[in-house]
Amino acid sequence: MSKAILYDATMCIGCKQCEGACAQQNKLPYDDKVAGEAIQSEHKYTVVLTQNDKYMRRLCQHCNEPACASVCPVGAFHKTKEGPVVYDVWKCIGCRYCMMACAFSQPKYEWGKLNPRVTKCIMCPDRVQAGKPTACAEACPTGATKFGERDDLIAEAKDRLKQNPTTYVNKIYGLNEVGGTSVFLLSSVPFEQYGLPKLEKLGDTPLPEYTGRVMEMMPDFIPLWALVLGGVYWVSNRRAEVAEVEAEERALRGGK
Amino acid sequence: MTIMGVKVTFWRVVFVVIMVLGIYSTYVRYLQGLGAVSNMTDQFPWGLWIGFDCLCGIMLAAGGFMVTGAVYIFHVERLHCIVRSTVLTAFLGYVLFIVGLLYDLGRPWFIWHQMIYMNFHSVMFEVGMCVMTYTTVLFFEFLPNVLERFNLQAPIRWVKKVYPVLIILGILLSTLHQSSLGSLFLIFPEKMHPFWSTPALPFFFFLSAMACGLAMTIFESTLSSRAFGLGLERSVLTELGGALYIVLLVIALLRFQDFWHRKIFMTIFQPSYEAYFLWAELIMCFVIPIIMLSFKAVRKSPTLLYIASLSTILGFVTNRLNVAMTSMETWVGHHYLPKWTEVSITLMICAMGFFCFSIAVNFLPIFENEHDEKHAPAPLIPISEQATLVH
Repeated sequence: MSKAILYDATMCIGCKQCEGACAQQNKLPYDDKVAGEAIQSEHKYTVVLTQNDKYMRRLCQHCNEPACASVCPVGAFHKTKEGPVVYDVWKCIGCRYCMMACAFSQPKYEWGKLNPRVTKCIMCPDRVQAGKPTACAEACPTGATKFGERDDLIAEAKDRLKQNPTTYVNKIYGLNEVGGTSVFLLSSVPFEQYGLPKLEKLGDTPLPEYTGRVMEMMPDFIPLWALVLGGVYWVSNRRAEVAEVEAEERALRGGK
Repeated sequence: MTIMGVKVTFWRVVFVVIMVLGIYSTYVRYLQGLGAVSNMTDQFPWGLWIGFDCLCGIMLAAGGFMVTGAVYIFHVERLHCIVRSTVLTAFLGYVLFIVGLLYDLGRPWFIWHQMIYMNFHSVMFEVGMCVMTYTTVLFFEFLPNVLERFNLQAPIRWVKKVYPVLIILGILLSTLHQSSLGSLFLIFPEKMHPFWSTPALPFFFFLSAMACGLAMTIFESTLSSRAFGLGLERSVLTELGGALYIVLLVIALLRFQDFWHRKIFMTIFQPSYEAYFLWAELIMCFVIPIIMLSFKAVRKSPTLLYIASLSTILGFVTNRLNVAMTSMETWVGHHYLPKWTEVSITLMICAMGFFCFSIAVNFLPIFENEHDEKHAPAPLIPISEQATLVH
């Protein structure tokens, strides 16, 4: 069954334990300086943002139909059946199309390195496969970040919205956005305030469909266009041949 | 003035300066990485190299498939005299595109991965494969020049036999990847400014490649006939100018229709940061060249035709830079300006293009076909001072 993460901003106390656990899990440096950085980067896959005592966590949304996986020319990203969208560094050629395509601007780049990698939250695939929660969910002291079955978490999020309709913005961010994701966010303040893409801009269409519509025309287009060009070539070539023969005949008759 | 037997001209000095700066930037790129050499960031992962070297480079090389198609598929024999130079331009354009890609890719040493780890859903994969195949096709289209130079008759006959297949393949591949460069931008409509984010982007990319193919052919024919003192038939250029006029009218019509259908027709006239860039683009793409080319006198004057085609080229270059860069700035929240090292690498690649072109023209029979033309050569276009790098 597919797993997911539910983050409830109203339960978050901004302790940044998830950031530290994430860094440890991914063998990244973590100290007070990194903790102070309020931006995701190649050494910070998740961040807890603070605004007037309210918090919001940013991490890869793990889309059901990920744009990054769709655009990658070498297929370095793929969605696993457990839910995580993972990255095979050994395939990557460094075109950075994934970074352009991601609606949530999650993939980051090792700009300073000579053999750079794309980095992002990969939802601890080893732990998930072993049946354990992600590092961030395990570290969370309040249960604001919760790991579990996707369906169960959706039901729980809906329940929370129903129980406390005045507390929350009436939206499970990630439920249907860009075709649904494996990370759900609940908040008491509009998500846009934390730099998340505006809901009306995102829509529910899976992003790969936009290019898919064009790409699926190719198998019909290629033979047709080749046939048309070949036909035109045949006709114009034939016309030139006929004209040449006629000119010869005219010359012969004229010469008589 | 001469140094070590080489005559020093203005353009040669410029060339040397560009090359020296470019080589320094190359050193920085491959020893310190992309971050040190460019202003690209996590927010702006594609910069000048994708915007100009790739998107514009491919667009400007479109003359190759258009002129070869017209001559070999539609039998427009009048254009025969410019086939070789446009094929040369296209071949160089694609090779330099690949050179540009080797700078831009984070792991250029794995560029061959896309031949084994194929992702058929990826537009980038399709573009990559098309460009690779088409560069090979262009190599064979260009090969007769080299074979003739060394008078190798047998291989010339082999290439001549498959020429129609090569040409058709070339048009097919060009149609695909020229439009697919536009499809690259379809997957993030939410990030782009509405001026440039349209589902019709693939069509506009193909059409602008057609316009630029023609404009570039005029530009490059005029320039090389000036530089090398060759006689070019004015009637051919006039005809290309006429074709460019029609293509531009069609694009302009479709472009404004697109604005209309997406209900932003009025907003394009309201001043805004993006609107200034859009105006610059529209004026250079459409207003200047369409007004100019509508006069027969302009189409008949090499200098004015040259200016009109230059305006078209600059206009569509602005268009592609707008698509790739300007349209993202509002979403990202800050501006992107290329670092000088980024610009110097782009300039070096362009300079290499000019240099290779002049070398090829000097050593290969690129312009020799003209003398076999039936018509007597029209008056030469005056040889200007601003000659070239070689001779």
